[in-house]
Amino acid sequence: MIDQLSVFLPNKKGTLSSVAAALSEADINMHALAIADTAEYGIVRIICDTPRAAAQALADAGLRATTTPVFAVRVPNTPGGLTQLLSFCEEKELNIEYGYCFLLGDEGAIDVLKIDAAAEDVLREGGFEMVSPEEIYQLDNA
Amino acid sequence: MYYQPEIETMPREQLRELQLTRMKWSVKHAYENIDFVKKICDEAGVCPSDLNSLEDITKFPFMVKQDMRDAYPFGLFAVPMHDVKRIHASSGTTGQATTTGHTTNDLAYWGDCFARGIYMVGGSQDSVIQVSYGYGLFTGGLGAHAGGEAVGCAVIPTSSGNTKRQVQIMKDFGTDILACTPSYALYIADTAIELGYDPAKEFKISGVILGAEPASENMRQEIRDKLGVQYCDVYGLSEVMGPGVAMECEVANGLHFAEDHFYPEIVDPDTLEPVPDGEYGELVITTLTREACPLVRYRTRDVTRIISEPCPCGRTHRKIDRIVGRTDDMMIIRGVNVFPSQIEQVITAFPEVATHYQIVLTREAQLDKIALNVETEPDFPIDEIRKIEDLKRRLGAELKSNLQVQVDINLVEPKTIARSEGKAKRILDLR
Repeated sequence: MIDQLSVFLPNKKGTLSSVAAALSEADINMHALAIADTAEYGIVRIICDTPRAAAQALADAGLRATTTPVFAVRVPNTPGGLTQLLSFCEEKELNIEYGYCFLLGDEGAIDVLKIDAAAEDVLREGGFEMVSPEEIYQLDNA
Repeated sequence: MYYQPEIETMPREQLRELQLTRMKWSVKHAYENIDFVKKICDEAGVCPSDLNSLEDITKFPFMVKQDMRDAYPFGLFAVPMHDVKRIHASSGTTGQATTTGHTTNDLAYWGDCFARGIYMVGGSQDSVIQVSYGYGLFTGGLGAHAGGEAVGCAVIPTSSGNTKRQVQIMKDFGTDILACTPSYALYIADTAIELGYDPAKEFKISGVILGAEPASENMRQEIRDKLGVQYCDVYGLSEVMGPGVAMECEVANGLHFAEDHFYPEIVDPDTLEPVPDGEYGELVITTLTREACPLVRYRTRDVTRIISEPCPCGRTHRKIDRIVGRTDDMMIIRGVNVFPSQIEQVITAFPEVATHYQIVLTREAQLDKIALNVETEPDFPIDEIRKIEDLKRRLGAELKSNLQVQVDINLVEPKTIARSEGKAKRILDLR
């Protein structure tokens, strides 16, 4: 599993910008960013280098941020790549809380999924390739 | 025009004599029939026979709301149930309700007290009065109703709610006087205007008797303008009686205290020493005629001052200024009393939520709104909307069931709520 940086943002002008600024200030590079919005607040989910240091940098800037373990599954960058993974999850009754995708270099697509941690073995047995943290981002040296 | 000219314009000296006679009776009645009153007086080393002048009341101990809670339900009743004709109760949102009993005489005097206000806004036996206070355990509805009946008005017991119908009745029945909370009066006025009426010109209404919650001068003026009425502010509290303890005459500079039934003092809330007339402090009331539930030096927690200058209206009863605040942190939201401690109690039962909180009070479309800003604990998973929504829903439901008012929950980022030095600014009242 990899660490996702999760940030809670009240629906106010300039809050997303302050997240970006704080990460930039801390010299942290982002690889993926997805926003979930509701009428009153938003949740920003980020894959970035040194996620724990990033969460700390955001907390220091007065933001509510934390790291969350999620699955990063490599799928082929071809039509049907995601379908294969989702059909498998459905078949095995793995409940997906949320998900998003990004491309990693030329090596194909990465699907990020929030599923119960117990799903790891099921996915592996199903032949899915989990991407390790170091393949995606720079690790925290702690 | 006065409802009871001989009492309301009684010369001051004569009124003070009447007060002393009644105070002696009342304190003795409380001392002899309520164990708690006897106990606190004995502890303070005073007894009813020490009362030789009105000022001697300052030797007596205070009573507070907690005493009423502790005595729940009937520990402070001074008469047998045989003589109790009605029981009102507070909402009890702080954990324990408080009860107040009324004998036949108590109810009749209550009607008289409120009736004086009906005359103050020009009412008489010919008037039609619409009572849009809630009827029930809350004293507003039945208190105003009793006033209307004492005068001999045609009383319309609409109670609160169904505002379009309130407007319809006000127009069709030719309501002269409306009694309700200020915010509801304004809501009725706005609804009438929305329906295409100009109540100030087209409706017969000429007076309003409004109380049970604070109202700014701007709001009062808006009500006067929109409805075309004289505004009578009514003060009262269920522990002492209900609405009618003090009422505002046409001079609109303070509320005449019903001094023949209640003895007011203003004390410094810190030292509890009396302050001179004209200075602000906490209002303390000793009842003079209450039979079922007499009170000795009851601390109301309401902050006001006594206006002792003679009033041009001719009434000799001294006035209190409008209530400017509370000596505790009680909030009044749509007529419901809410203490921050109640909210705190609910929050502490939610481990997901930090104990820092802020209450924001606003008024939208004439209705009070209460919002609660809270932070989640660092280990609460903020990445899932479902969990956040679930937390908001559970917290909202728990607050609603405890406070009986709807609270909007805002989860905020850390440190937006001031961790203050010493006393936290927990309440932001933007009304």
